[in-house]
Amino acid sequence: MATLHTKSAARAMMAPAVIVLLIWMIVPLAMTLYFSTLNYTLYNPFSTPFIGFENYTYFLQDPTFLAALANTLILVLGVLAITVIGGILIALLLDQEFYGVNIVRLLVIAPFFVMPTVAALVWKNMMMNPVYGVIGQFLQAIGLAPIDWMTELPLLSIIIIVAWQWLPFATLILLTALQSLSEDQKEAAEMDGAGALSIFWYITLPHMSRAITVVILIQTIFLLSIYAEILVTTQGGPGSQSTNITYLVAQQATSYGDIGAASAGGIVAVILANIVAIFLVRLIGKNLDA
Amino acid sequence: MGQIHLEKVRKAFGEAVIIPELDLQIEDGEFVVFVGPSGCGKSTLLRLIAGLEDVTGGQIVIDGQDATELPPAKRGLAMVFQSYALYPHMSVRKNIAFPLKMAGMDQAEINRRVDYAAKTLNLDNYIDRRPAQLSGGQRQRVAIGRAIVREPAAFLFDEPLSNLDAALRVGMRLEISELHQRLKTTMVYVTHDQVEAMTMADKIVVLRAGHIEQVGSPLELYSAPRNTFVAGFIGSPKMNQLGGAEAARYNAETIGIRPEHLRLSTTEGTWKGTVKVSEHLGSDTFLHVESPVHDEPLTVRADGEFPVHAGDVVYLTPEEDKIHRFDAKGLAIR
Ligand SMILES: Nc1ncnc2c1ncn2[C@@H]1O[C@H](COP(=O)(O)OP(=O)(O)OP(=O)(O)O)[C@@H](O)[C@H]1O
Ligand SMILES: [Mg+2]
Repeated sequence: MATLHTKSAARAMMAPAVIVLLIWMIVPLAMTLYFSTLNYTLYNPFSTPFIGFENYTYFLQDPTFLAALANTLILVLGVLAITVIGGILIALLLDQEFYGVNIVRLLVIAPFFVMPTVAALVWKNMMMNPVYGVIGQFLQAIGLAPIDWMTELPLLSIIIIVAWQWLPFATLILLTALQSLSEDQKEAAEMDGAGALSIFWYITLPHMSRAITVVILIQTIFLLSIYAEILVTTQGGPGSQSTNITYLVAQQATSYGDIGAASAGGIVAVILANIVAIFLVRLIGKNLDA
Repeated sequence: MGQIHLEKVRKAFGEAVIIPELDLQIEDGEFVVFVGPSGCGKSTLLRLIAGLEDVTGGQIVIDGQDATELPPAKRGLAMVFQSYALYPHMSVRKNIAFPLKMAGMDQAEINRRVDYAAKTLNLDNYIDRRPAQLSGGQRQRVAIGRAIVREPAAFLFDEPLSNLDAALRVGMRLEISELHQRLKTTMVYVTHDQVEAMTMADKIVVLRAGHIEQVGSPLELYSAPRNTFVAGFIGSPKMNQLGGAEAARYNAETIGIRPEHLRLSTTEGTWKGTVKVSEHLGSDTFLHVESPVHDEPLTVRADGEFPVHAGDVVYLTPEEDKIHRFDAKGLAIR
């Protein structure tokens, strides 16, 4: 019975959890907001005078900020494009019945279990190193000049590494969506004269739209905060070519010891993430209802 | 045109032979119903005709042309699925228009045909809705609409009404029959519903384990079943089949007598029995009578009300000319 009584009982039961969660969220946020208004550096942590919005103007006017903003967007969009398109293609492949499909499915999922730092290091040293990396060796074998990925194409390198990590997630979600498409619908479309491409375009893709939305939403949240992969490969360089907002914020604290500016940057990042989230939900969130 | 000939068609899934070897002629404009117990291969046979399954052997000839190797879309047939198989993200209009769009028809002609189909099937009021917003009967109509716009040579239905409730099923049954009267297009219809088969069919094909047991008009099958299987399968309630001494009296291994061909009396008759269950419907009375002549209760149908109840003694008299006789192999003796 969903009566008033059971509702208030439910509220009372949930209260402790909700309160703990609130404190969990509110306290760090409030602290960050507070620090962002102080001149707080690790070189002189005992004198932290109030300076108002100065940290914000400093952070926003930093020429690296715009570069980092652009890098963040390119990183997110690039990884999304690769994982969604690649995920759909691999899911289509894995949906077929062929010998050893179970083992292939397992292998495809494997990258997801590799820690970000490990994955990035493996890519940096074993794949992308111009001298002894697999890609460099391969390019040399076919007579092309090897590429020094980390210095020549730093942002692309990171996009590739992160996409490799997230491809399994996208594939898995899209594959389950694909497998839930009823055979009848495909057969009906076949009877209606649709070829393989038309079936994909008019039947399969719309069927997967909700899963694609989920993949985009979840990945965006994580991709906005990529840090470890940049730290162990390019460290944001050369210059700021592969610095994203998260890395820039961390840099303020770790490299320059400026807690105040880092806090201000953190708040800016939160606001940016919310803008992106609102955009996303507006744009594709309607796929989630109905 | 919609003439479908199956010649020595065979179907096996790996080792399992589902349809041994089967010949069947479906003539233009006929309403053919496949009936048979569950798992006998009705759907498989329909899917073979549709081209959704490949034959293991034999030939499928549609309108004089060998269609065995043709893909489904090229056979000029339309299918209505048991699950309706509507495209959930398309409106009713788009669903119906889909086959035409795939055929590359121009938009004006598509609109004309969709509007016409919507009108004939009373779909106008929800033409812009999605399938999820429709009732079962409405979805069924959309599925039929999607089939008729293509003006196919024949329609294939796989148990199209089995997801509907009883009242709606009666209504849709009539609608499909009317549609057949109007379009005069060949229809092949799979069902395991007695009444659907008897009322809709021009020709019933009774299948058992992939074999055709008998082909004929509903009344032929009712009045002259070729063997005990058909006799038991066609007609509701089932025909009573008796062996032993009673059958021997008629020079047969088994005799069959339908419930409606047993005359009932409370005073005199050939077989004496005790009523076990009585079902009073007003229009008919069904009795299950235990009698020494048969180890299972005999089913009897009387017109109107027959006032007896469980435990009462009744007498049954078979109408002599309505007795079916079968030999040891179960084949009818004529
Ligand atoms: N793809 C398949 N692979 C293997 N066996 C199959 C396949 N499809 C059907 N069968 C088998 O073929 C037989 C006939 O199946 P079919 O679906 O034609 O039966 P049906 O007469 O339509 O039954 P129902 O009335 O229950 O729908 C069944 O024994 C089924 O197990
Ligand atoms: Mg079936």
